Amino acid sequence: MGIRGFFSRLKQGLARTRSVFTGIAQLFGLRGRVDQAFLDTLERQLYLADVGADATQEIVESVRRAFLDKEITGDVESFVKAKLRDLLTGPSPGLNFQPSGPTVVMVAGVNGSGKTTSIAKLAKMCQDQGKKVLVAACDTFRAAAVEQLTIWCQRLGCDIVKSQQGSDPASVAHDACEKAKARGYDVVIVDTAGRLHTQTHLMRELEKIRRVLSKQIEGAPHETLLVIDATTGQNAIQQAELFSKSVQCTGIILTKLDGTAKGGAIFAIKRRLNLPVKFVGVGEQIDDLEPFDPETYVAALFETA
Amino acid sequence: MFEGIQRSLGEALKKLRGRGRITEANIRESMREVRKALLEADVNFNVVNDFIQRVTEKSVGQEVLRSLDPSEQIVNIVYQELIALMGPVDHRIPLAKDRPTVIMLCGLQGSGKTTTAGKLALMLRQQGRKPLLVAADLQRPAAIDQLKILGEQIHVPVYSEYPSDPVTVCRNGVAHAKKMLLDTVILDTAGRLHIDDALIDELRRIDKQVRPDSVFFVCDAMTGQDAVNSAKAFNEALDLNGVILTKLDGDARGGAALSIKEVTKVPIKFIGVGEKLEALEPFHPERMAQRIIGQGDLMGLIEKVAQVQQQISEEELRAQQEKLKKGLITLDDFRKQFEQIKKLGMKDLIQRLPGMDKMLPENEDPESALRRIQGMIDSMTKEERQNPDIIDLSRRRRIAAGSGVQPHEVKQFLAQFDQVRTLMKQMASMSLWQRLKMMTGLGQAGAFLPGSPILQKNKIGTGHRKSAKERAEERKKKKKKKR
Ligand SMILES: Nc1nc2c(ncn2[C@@H]2O[C@H](COP(=O)(O)OP(=O)(O)O)[C@@H](O)[C@H]2O)c(=O)[nH]1
Ligand SMILES: Nc1nc2c(ncn2[C@@H]2O[C@H](COP(=O)(O)OP(=O)(O)O)[C@@H](O)[C@H]2O)c(=O)[nH]1
Ligand SMILES: [Mg+2]
Ligand SMILES: [Mg+2]
Repeated sequence: MGIRGFFSRLKQGLARTRSVFTGIAQLFGLRGRVDQAFLDTLERQLYLADVGADATQEIVESVRRAFLDKEITGDVESFVKAKLRDLLTGPSPGLNFQPSGPTVVMVAGVNGSGKTTSIAKLAKMCQDQGKKVLVAACDTFRAAAVEQLTIWCQRLGCDIVKSQQGSDPASVAHDACEKAKARGYDVVIVDTAGRLHTQTHLMRELEKIRRVLSKQIEGAPHETLLVIDATTGQNAIQQAELFSKSVQCTGIILTKLDGTAKGGAIFAIKRRLNLPVKFVGVGEQIDDLEPFDPETYVAALFETA
Repeated sequence: MFEGIQRSLGEALKKLRGRGRITEANIRESMREVRKALLEADVNFNVVNDFIQRVTEKSVGQEVLRSLDPSEQIVNIVYQELIALMGPVDHRIPLAKDRPTVIMLCGLQGSGKTTTAGKLALMLRQQGRKPLLVAADLQRPAAIDQLKILGEQIHVPVYSEYPSDPVTVCRNGVAHAKKMLLDTVILDTAGRLHIDDALIDELRRIDKQVRPDSVFFVCDAMTGQDAVNSAKAFNEALDLNGVILTKLDGDARGGAALSIKEVTKVPIKFIGVGEKLEALEPFHPERMAQRIIGQGDLMGLIEKVAQVQQQISEEELRAQQEKLKKGLITLDDFRKQFEQIKKLGMKDLIQRLPGMDKMLPENEDPESALRRIQGMIDSMTKEERQNPDIIDLSRRRRIAAGSGVQPHEVKQFLAQFDQVRTLMKQMASMSLWQRLKMMTGLGQAGAFLPGSPILQKNKIGTGHRKSAKERAEERKKKKKKKR
């Protein structure tokens, strides 16, 4: 699947609607000079993709400098694409698996961003790579969160460590680590309750879960993935900033890219925090998770419907 | 990054300060900053541009009110325009009399529909209705369990069937409500993308078969530019009656509110401000405008402008100004000034003025000091107020007893009033703003706060700048205490 799957899915998304980025494609189809009107259109398209003021202005400015008053040709297209690509990361290396002992992946994010669903998808992805996966149901807060994860695990034939609603999430994390070590699991994926990054007491709770993990297993969590909903606007930057500060995120899962939103805030997040997107969510089904590939992302952005 | 519109606007408007009239050139310049700030607040790009144009047109050529400077006036226009865009709001949910009222919730995945269904059920139950929750999300794992748990928490019955299909569940749910004599049905539907034709069609079928009285679109307040796309599509499919904006308890600036209202004309009815089921509030355009603008000094300024406009009649001011010019100010006039300052909120005023917060006593607030002085004046006879010179020791004792202060405090106050009178003469030619500034400045000299520890103590800043909302609440609390 990989790149092709992601590419075709994104293209499907684009085909279903007139994406904002088709506008850029049309832009490139224009004949004439790179003038203010061209730059204005470029700016508009970037804003509409949630790229945000700073990154947008940077891109538009560099296009202006390089191409103002020049004939619009294929060069502008590749220049803009390259520029956007540069602002992102290299291709995602996927999860950083430990050579020995369980690899612990902690997943965090604001409410409803898609953590639990992404965990199910990640578990499947690991299983497909022959790993023995254990999931820790540390969202003990939201109604039926544990049940939701349990259902996913049943479907996957994946083991789960859980406790009842309202119990201490850190102790669930603790139990999961014990079990993983005792039974030789390769991967432990830790689900956590959704929380807004501004809720300091809940952020502290998250830090506590992280501490428990690192005490139980050397170097854990080896990955801390922040789940960001692609429909989120500039607030995504705050989320990335505060979650990173609290639990040192190693990457992002950008979900709901199967809609019309593009999650353009990842440009600013990369720029400010050097936090890369590792996976993208492109649907509600178990296979709808892809490794992030900036090349494909940017290319798909410019695909015409 | 998001010092946001507050800072940007502040910067922009500084450029306008001191200019007497709003011209096309100077407003254009500021509007560029306003535009960027709104974009950072996630207001839709196209909505922002229309907004800027409208505000610019409204502002150019406007005469600047006497007591304000152009910048203050433009902030106010921006604010009023934001409110106009998002309002007016009718928080009522229309209720049918002869059959159960049906409310349908719809929206994207994870926006907060199920939680909001629980919140609405609780709110309606508290209003004496008998709600039924219907679990029509058969897609997301454990969605039915989630609703059942919420129902249990708030003692509201939940209707569900599984396996089934959402249209059938909704139809049977309404029938169930009729049978059980429940009067309000809330349909919790599955999240779906607005471009998912099959699932949007499913909503249309529910709409057709169940005929909900209200359809609410549940939208995450953190949504960016895409908010208008989804809201528009849902509205075209279902003819929405309202929007519920969730997760406003965070720091999202909530530009989506503005965008959705502008593009769909569907009003925002409620906001979600937490995960708990009590955390549902009616939507107030003013507060949302405040949020989009930012909650610091600018918002305070807007409040001031509004209050200045409303509460201080021009005539009264003019009459006072005349008197001041002639040095005829009496204690009656003085007290009137107090009233005005009190309306503006003494504490606010002091906090807003540079360096003034240092004067705030740690234990006593200036408002209570102000009240003490007012009490003294109120304990004087009409004659004494007109001519304070007649106040001798026995009168001082009487006044002190009447207002619960020490006689020497009365004396101290009268001496300071004399100084004030002189100063006020000088102030006659100043703008109201400057005058208030000067008057609070006088506080520093002790004129307003005789005998208070204010002068000796320096307040150590807490580093916490209170939001407009917090301030309003504090004022409310204080008022209550007074009664
Ligand atoms: N369309 C779409 N929906 C998703 C995606 N990821 C998650 N969801 C949905 O978003 C909703 C919230 O997901 P969930 O995993 O429960 O979020 P959590 O609260 O962060 O754990 C559910 O309805 C999911 O099916 C995605 O990539 N695309
Ligand atoms: N902080 C906060 N969280 C909310 C609010 N409304 C809903 N949520 C959370 O958002 C997540 C998704 O809510 P849910 O009702 O399951 O969304 P649905 O998929 O649209 O039904 C859950 O974790 C809720 O607790 C709100 O107003 N504030
Ligand atoms: Mg979850
Ligand atoms: Mg739901």
